Amino acid sequence: MKNKKNGKGGFITTTLNSVLGWGRKFSLFQYPFITACCGMEYMSVACAHYDLDRFGMGWTRFTPRQADMLLVVGTITHKEAPVLRTVYEQMTEPKWVVAFGACAVSGGIYDNYAVVQGIDRIIPVDVYIPGCPPRPETIINALIKLQEKIQKEGHEWRFQRKRS
Amino acid sequence: MKYRIQQEAREDTMLINMGPSHPAMHGTTRVMLELDGEKIINCELEMGYLHRGFEKICENKTYFNMLIYTDRMNYVSPLINNTGYVMTLEKMLGIEAPERAQYIRVILNEFSRVCDHLTALAAMCMECGAFTVFLYMMKAREYIWDLMEQTTGARMTTSFIRVGGVRSDFPFDWKETTRIAIDETRKVLKDCHVLMSKNKIFLNRTRDVAVVTPEMAINYGWTGPCLRSTGVKYDVRKAFPYLVYDQLDFEIPLGERGDNFDRYMIRMQEMEQSLRIVEQCMAKIPKPSAPTQQVTKGMEPNEAIKASRTKKPEGRIKLSPNLEGTEKEKYPGILAGKKYIIPPKEDTYTNIEGLINHFKFFMRGHGIRPPKGEAYFAVEGGSGELGFYIISDGTDKPYRLHLRAPCLHIVAALEEIVRGNFLADIIPTFGSMNMIGGELDR
Amino acid sequence: MAISKEKILEDLKQKFSDNILDITVQFGDDIIRIKKEVLLDIVSFLKNDPYAFTMLLDLTCVDYMGDEERYEMVYHLFSLSHKLRLRFKTRLQENDCKIDSLTPIFKNANWLEREAYDMFGVHFSGHPYLRRLFMYDGFEGHPLRKDYPLRKQQPKIQLRK
Repeated sequence: MKNKKNGKGGFITTTLNSVLGWGRKFSLFQYPFITACCGMEYMSVACAHYDLDRFGMGWTRFTPRQADMLLVVGTITHKEAPVLRTVYEQMTEPKWVVAFGACAVSGGIYDNYAVVQGIDRIIPVDVYIPGCPPRPETIINALIKLQEKIQKEGHEWRFQRKRS
Repeated sequence: MKYRIQQEAREDTMLINMGPSHPAMHGTTRVMLELDGEKIINCELEMGYLHRGFEKICENKTYFNMLIYTDRMNYVSPLINNTGYVMTLEKMLGIEAPERAQYIRVILNEFSRVCDHLTALAAMCMECGAFTVFLYMMKAREYIWDLMEQTTGARMTTSFIRVGGVRSDFPFDWKETTRIAIDETRKVLKDCHVLMSKNKIFLNRTRDVAVVTPEMAINYGWTGPCLRSTGVKYDVRKAFPYLVYDQLDFEIPLGERGDNFDRYMIRMQEMEQSLRIVEQCMAKIPKPSAPTQQVTKGMEPNEAIKASRTKKPEGRIKLSPNLEGTEKEKYPGILAGKKYIIPPKEDTYTNIEGLINHFKFFMRGHGIRPPKGEAYFAVEGGSGELGFYIISDGTDKPYRLHLRAPCLHIVAALEEIVRGNFLADIIPTFGSMNMIGGELDR
Repeated sequence: MAISKEKILEDLKQKFSDNILDITVQFGDDIIRIKKEVLLDIVSFLKNDPYAFTMLLDLTCVDYMGDEERYEMVYHLFSLSHKLRLRFKTRLQENDCKIDSLTPIFKNANWLEREAYDMFGVHFSGHPYLRRLFMYDGFEGHPLRKDYPLRKQQPKIQLRK
């Protein structure tokens, strides 16, 4: 079909995209890269009161090889930056990154010699969650936005390196 | 420079790395091990992955601005850090908070201590495999955070304790919320005792593992629950009483053997003692200087500002619901020391003295300026003696601020006590030491 | 048996009379300024009975830039049996910032001295493993000195953007 050669996709590929998006968004395996205080709010949102499991994100995989969502929770310092980069590169495609908390978004209240001013200086980020620490409702809102993003984006089901 | 463990390693052993991003490392520490099969021969710990430059920032910010950074040190019990910092400043300035404010501080400190122990034990038990205990303890913590949120406005990083007292009074229904928090925590503690304290698997993993003698603990500078688990009776609340602890009746649980199980048990007992302290405070707290009820009658703020252009407005002014508890009538009970506190909002917006006091508090060059000198003050934190050492040169910024982090001394001993044990013993040992990254690395 | 603080200070003054510069009280804390050569002697003297100052609470350094004796080491000692805290201070020259290490006496001095070396550049002679504690290998400079700018970053990996 003409459309398919241009890469814009016809009826079949858009349906396949939306089915893949539906499948991927409701079964996110997360890898919480926890460093600092925001970890307390993460623990709170993952437990019984504000449950994350009802959105499909209950299983915390403690290894990057089995995860597809990297949650960077807390401050990243220059000493930790190579570790974060290595963990990101070990994850397999498709992968999404969520910057959780003010320190991960932009360095937070720490503007000094030791803190990276935002993790988007190291890895590409999909969703930014502000707050110091963010309330559980904010986190759930942000994760729903991530799910909408996953639903709408184009998916390649063959192996392809998407971004650096 | 090669690591010490690489320089000392034998040829037939395996060097393994439990890297900075590890689920059992409570954040970010790196443990390097030399293993012979499963037995640990040598161990080295590398930290500093969360060093955020707290002490350098202190030299560039005013005393009031520094308050928010102290919350994020030991982030599981933030109000205790606030109290330590503020009481060091009060020692230098020579002021004392009103009695009701001291009781409010004690109640919130003890709830913070309960949160600290809950988080530590929940993480330790989860890593040993008991996931249910983690969920139960997080549930109890939510009820405590409800009270914190209603009083201070934030669940975790509160910045509530100020020089001269506390920022605002309790809301009008605080006794019910506190009662619910205490009851739910007691229920959770009872359930967790049933699940863990006589559990054969847990006992096998923690009994007689990583035993620490009292002499070794004192030599390493241990304080807090870890020191009390070895049998040494030292608690800053009893040795150097501050706030109203000398008027309250509570016990100090002591351990016998200094192993992991004792550290776990001491924390469970200390939570019960903290809840007893809160109940006594609820009974003894003096009445507020104005009745605690919702303010529904009074002038609207914009009317009061308009009226103040010609003369001083009389009568009560209704503040916005966000500022509930900080009304002018409540001030004698919660804040003292006129030069070092934020004036009440009714004064700031309607008369010139209030405006000038507000201006003088916040502007650079004015504000809290302790006299020249230095002071050290310690409070009992969740992990031990949390000390603040402040050197002031008379200006509004500290010359040097040093935090005596209790976690540093406790974790420094890990390298020695883990030798000779198996690899899987590191997990409960590290968990029972309650390492908090923000305090260790500052 | 309980010894009062005044007796301890008296005994110290008697034994190390010319090496103690002065003893002051500020905001209720006792501060004893000493010469750096006698640090090990004083600490071992106080650790034994009957004084029993068996715990090193804290060890830190202060930078007075502009003074001839730039660095000041501060030690807090604590006695569990008498519930007493003492603070010892000693000054170091800028071009000779070396002092004896307390690692033979107190084990937590190991990490505390590594921290002081990392942040200020003070050398401790006799320390078994003087290596940076907070900052990474390859970081140049000592951050807590007054002439190190607050925002000077030395990234370890190549940053994007």
